[in-house]
Amino acid sequence: MNYSFDFSGVLEYWPQFLHGVWLTVQLSFGATVMGFVLGTLCAMARGARSRWLTAPAGIYVESIRNTPLLVQVFLFYFGFANVGLPMPATVAAVITLTINVGAYTTEIMRAGIESVQPGQIEAAECLGMSRAQIYWHVILQPAMERVYPALTSQFILLMLATSITSQISAEELTAVANLVQSMTYRAFETYIVAAVFYLILSLLMRAGFWLFGLLIFPRRRKLGTPV
Amino acid sequence: MEHTFSANYLFFMLQGAAWTVGLSAMGFIGGGILGFGIALARISDNPIWRWTSFLYVQLIQGTPLLILMFLSYFGLGLFGYDMPPLVAAGVAMALYSSAYLGEIWRGSLQAVPRAQWEAAECLAFSSGQRMFRIIVPQALRLATPSTVGFLVQIVKNTSLASVVGFVELVRAGQIINNTLFEPFLVFGLMALLYFAMCYPLSRWSRSLELKLQVGRRVVVAA
Repeated sequence: MNYSFDFSGVLEYWPQFLHGVWLTVQLSFGATVMGFVLGTLCAMARGARSRWLTAPAGIYVESIRNTPLLVQVFLFYFGFANVGLPMPATVAAVITLTINVGAYTTEIMRAGIESVQPGQIEAAECLGMSRAQIYWHVILQPAMERVYPALTSQFILLMLATSITSQISAEELTAVANLVQSMTYRAFETYIVAAVFYLILSLLMRAGFWLFGLLIFPRRRKLGTPV
Repeated sequence: MEHTFSANYLFFMLQGAAWTVGLSAMGFIGGGILGFGIALARISDNPIWRWTSFLYVQLIQGTPLLILMFLSYFGLGLFGYDMPPLVAAGVAMALYSSAYLGEIWRGSLQAVPRAQWEAAECLAFSSGQRMFRIIVPQALRLATPSTVGFLVQIVKNTSLASVVGFVELVRAGQIINNTLFEPFLVFGLMALLYFAMCYPLSRWSRSLELKLQVGRRVVVAA
């Protein structure tokens, strides 16, 4: 192999790379927050008594989890543009990522909700707590605490999956890499730089989620006992 | 050229779907062989093996598969060969799967009760015999549901091979859509084909999980 690595040409484009990183962060953050809310609502719907709630939530989860994100992105972006509802690539990216991660969050949160023992809920009812109070204090919070590690890995996977939105020209990190690659002809170096950025982002996210977990789950911090 | 969706287009897409299955098989077999090595290295007594395999897993799991695809496509090209996209995509899929399968299998190997390892040692099994005659057969049962579950991820992620020009299902669909401009029809059909491949695997994984009661057994043991 006669190849001398040359990163100088690639690194000249660092402002573009930083722009890409920033959009990747924005996409991940938006989809994480909205996907978590959507997923939690759907998890509650899946556990409901009425079939009118469980069936649509089930169809949503199964259809999203069994098709590739790339196909979902294409279907949403090009499909809606074709029927006269064009939208900017970034908007389509956030919406598709939200819908996608929402389905995975649904399954994770459902596992958490199912792990709450019926005795806890009965005890809360005996104490005269309202349905909303029970849901918030007795079901959702402990459920979330239990599945927190699974949720964080899912959100890190989501951050990595934002790279797929480069295929509909959302100008995030991978799209910037594609652009830089086409200008410098240093493809291998360019994608190594992009990979390093993704590695740093995933390490930062993991550290961030760990600190956030300490902050929102005081029981774990003070007593050292997870639920 | 006709501009309505005809049987020819459908046949072209089914051909793409066949390549999706082929690439998934490449990714699973390559990733399985490599991943088993990773799993063994992760629980090895030698710290060098443990740390290199740990770093490898962190590296692969912290990089998007799309970037791995590009790196393998352009990286293999550096050796001076004109790499067919199938090889580049296959290598990327194998690297990607090996990191995840390695971690799944490490977990199953470690979930075999400690006493089994000790008992094998007391019965004077060699370390190779202990691994392959005592531990692996038991770990296999624990590993099957998650491995089948990960197969779904492999099948779905082969869609990213379309970016290096490998004509699997997505690329085939894109080519058709470029002539027809019917994204809802073409991409919808694509989604249906993927669903038809992945849903049975998902169901199978779930039924295995229920049958082996992997989750419950852990609770009882704890």
